[in-house]
Amino acid sequence: MTRSVARRAASVAAVLVAVGAFSAPAMSFDPGNTECIAPANAGGGWDFTCRQVGKALYDLKIVPGPVQVTNLAGGGGGVAYAEVVNKRNDDNDLIVAASSATSTRLAQGAFPGNTMDQVRWVGAVGSDYGVIAVAADSDINTLPELMDRIKADPSSIAVAGGSAVGGWDHLKVLIAAKAAGIDDVRKIKYVAFEGGGEAVTQLLGGHVQAFSGDISEAKGFADSGDIKILAVLSSDRLPGEFSDYPTAKEQGIDAVGANWRGFYAPAGMSDDAYQFWVDAISKVYGSDEWKKIMADNGLMPLDLSGDAFQAFVADQVANTQALSKEIGLIK
Amino acid sequence: MDAINSLLDGFAVALTLQNLGLAVIGCFLGTIIGALPGLGPANGVAILIPLAFTLGLPATPALILLTSVYYGAMYGGRISSILLNIPGDEPALMTTLDGYPMARKGQAGEALALSGIASFVGAFIATIGLVFLAPLLVKVALLFGPAEYFALYTLAFATLGGVASRNQAKAAIAAAIGLGIAMIGVDHQTGVPRFTFNDVYLYDGIHFLVAIVGLFAISEVFLFLEHRGEGEAGAGRLTLGRVTAPLRMIRQTIGAMLRSTVLGFIAGVLPGAGASLGSFISYTFEKRLSDKDNTFGKGDPRGVAAPEAGNNAAAGGALVPMLALGVPGSGTTAVLLAMLLTLNVTPGPLLFQSNPDVVWGLIAALFLANVMLLLINIPMVSLFVRVLLVPPRFLMPTVAMISFVGIYGISGSSFDLIVMIAFGVLGYLLRKLDVPLVPIILGVLLGNEMEKNLRRALTISDGDWSILWSSPLAIGLWTFAIVGFLAPLIVGRYLRPKIADEELGEGADPD
Repeated sequence: MTRSVARRAASVAAVLVAVGAFSAPAMSFDPGNTECIAPANAGGGWDFTCRQVGKALYDLKIVPGPVQVTNLAGGGGGVAYAEVVNKRNDDNDLIVAASSATSTRLAQGAFPGNTMDQVRWVGAVGSDYGVIAVAADSDINTLPELMDRIKADPSSIAVAGGSAVGGWDHLKVLIAAKAAGIDDVRKIKYVAFEGGGEAVTQLLGGHVQAFSGDISEAKGFADSGDIKILAVLSSDRLPGEFSDYPTAKEQGIDAVGANWRGFYAPAGMSDDAYQFWVDAISKVYGSDEWKKIMADNGLMPLDLSGDAFQAFVADQVANTQALSKEIGLIK
Repeated sequence: MDAINSLLDGFAVALTLQNLGLAVIGCFLGTIIGALPGLGPANGVAILIPLAFTLGLPATPALILLTSVYYGAMYGGRISSILLNIPGDEPALMTTLDGYPMARKGQAGEALALSGIASFVGAFIATIGLVFLAPLLVKVALLFGPAEYFALYTLAFATLGGVASRNQAKAAIAAAIGLGIAMIGVDHQTGVPRFTFNDVYLYDGIHFLVAIVGLFAISEVFLFLEHRGEGEAGAGRLTLGRVTAPLRMIRQTIGAMLRSTVLGFIAGVLPGAGASLGSFISYTFEKRLSDKDNTFGKGDPRGVAAPEAGNNAAAGGALVPMLALGVPGSGTTAVLLAMLLTLNVTPGPLLFQSNPDVVWGLIAALFLANVMLLLINIPMVSLFVRVLLVPPRFLMPTVAMISFVGIYGISGSSFDLIVMIAFGVLGYLLRKLDVPLVPIILGVLLGNEMEKNLRRALTISDGDWSILWSSPLAIGLWTFAIVGFLAPLIVGRYLRPKIADEELGEGADPD
């Protein structure tokens, strides 16, 4: 309690100083004790984003002290979202880790009473692209072949994924199917498992016919020859050792599914503070240190910050909403 | 033998002074974390990941530290189960059934020592299994599709009656409460929230640790408050007894340990099943097999040895899919997996080829951690049993404090604390009504998985129920489930007069 009061007092003081200093340059916000909320338990993707970016921010001397990482789990990120909107709305020193899962849930109203415009979207630090794969011994070799099978007999192909129905792994299949000209996407059989790993195991065991996940989950199994990656859902071929995998687009199916990782900040944050965080995340994204972290963890480039990122998220929310209505998940 | 050579290389990696030191620290911290109600192996490992990073440890030493914590926590969970009737973590739930009655009979030291040995046997044999059977077992795990998982969980439910033998109806009610609790949250197969009252805190459902700590620890505090520390004929006046397990007891239970090790290991290998199912199946199987005098649940040493061997074997088993497939078999291995990723080691089918030093160093570390845990745990028994000498008026507030800190530590949410207290009240009332608490937790743990897999199977088959018995494996599991359910009904006919007699004698026992 006292700490947050102190922090608020400090930020009020910072704003007063900023207002007082007319001659100060555009960047007139000085970060205090910065904090990054990871809306999940330690060990997950959001926790990773907070810790790695926090470390980079401190190493690059963008913030004066180490970034404190707070794990605030619950409601698939909804607990943290509500906390930021309701209690921390004017905190200048706070950013929160987010990903496609956040925007998907916002679009579907899975954070009760919250919408995407209740926070400010800061920027992305990379993306994990979607893949659609089949077992190595499957007679299906390309994405159009798979889609033709589904078109002919939707019940013959069960697609496994690591997220709940309506979640990101499910939506990726639907995006691809729509792009392939399948009109009634409700007929597509999607089976939800706990995480991509379990879903791949089911594919290897022959219990399902296809897999929808992220490239980082699928890479190891493709390298070992257990699965065939039919398509990567990116607009261009991915760099480096990922360049062997064909995109959906080059197979005539214009579908892109990027699981971005990035940050949002409280809506009541001052414009100076917001600009500071936009610049800070851009600087981290552009650094060599971050490039190495991305390469090590299978993260692909996605350079969006400030207004561009805000528009990107808004676009994703709108698309997800339309798709979710179509499958009857929301009204 | 290829595996043996690789393992020796692994020992060469693991046996440095620094690594041994880390293993000792890990084992010790793990035992303490496991013993504290609420903090289980998954939290223990997650809490210590930052420590490994701060120390700037490379992959192998970091893994040695964290797996020592993992195995340590699996050992430690039994301590509060036996001494306080409060499971230290969810796999230790079954140990309360016979461990606590043993402690009340003045055999706390023996129970602790015996369970330590059982843990060692389970974990040690499972680690050997990990070395030699990993590639083979992965093929078995792949046979399990949603239909087979559903049959497996049905098998577990069919034998549930074995847990509480005194009043089957109350056990069934308790299991039904557990199933109801499991329904709360966003339904995975449709994305629709159920029983959440539009409250975002309920979207993820009720965390079973919150339920366990509430039902067991907090209700214990309420019971204590009711008696105001007086009427409790309990803890303070317990005799400590001896602090080693007599050879006779080990000989009597060795069969139970070995059988449970096999069952626990198999349960651990299956992704998603894990240690709780391992200890549960071990206990009920052992009870079915060897409870001829109806002593299980009243302090039978075999009822302590079986679940402990089972859950520690499952901990080893859970590493099989993690190392061989990159798929976590339990919550803890999921955390370990995330740790590997951040250390730039990509888990997956190629891990054995691409990072043999890490894998074999890890396996060697598991052997070390096991021996070390046995050495730490047996002498520490005499220390642990002194907990019983602490007067309840000091012990109970401590239990309450640890529960609150432990639960808050999981999610950082005060909502969970309120839920925990609600479960405490529920637990208090149910104890007053003589309803067993263990089936509630099993209902939560197993019911969730059972429902998910049934619905997955039916999605795959387009609603055709015959998918549930369409493979030889599924048919085998169904057969066991039916036999497991019917056999006691038929055999019980002959035993009934005897059980009825004993029931009369123990109406006063709260659970």
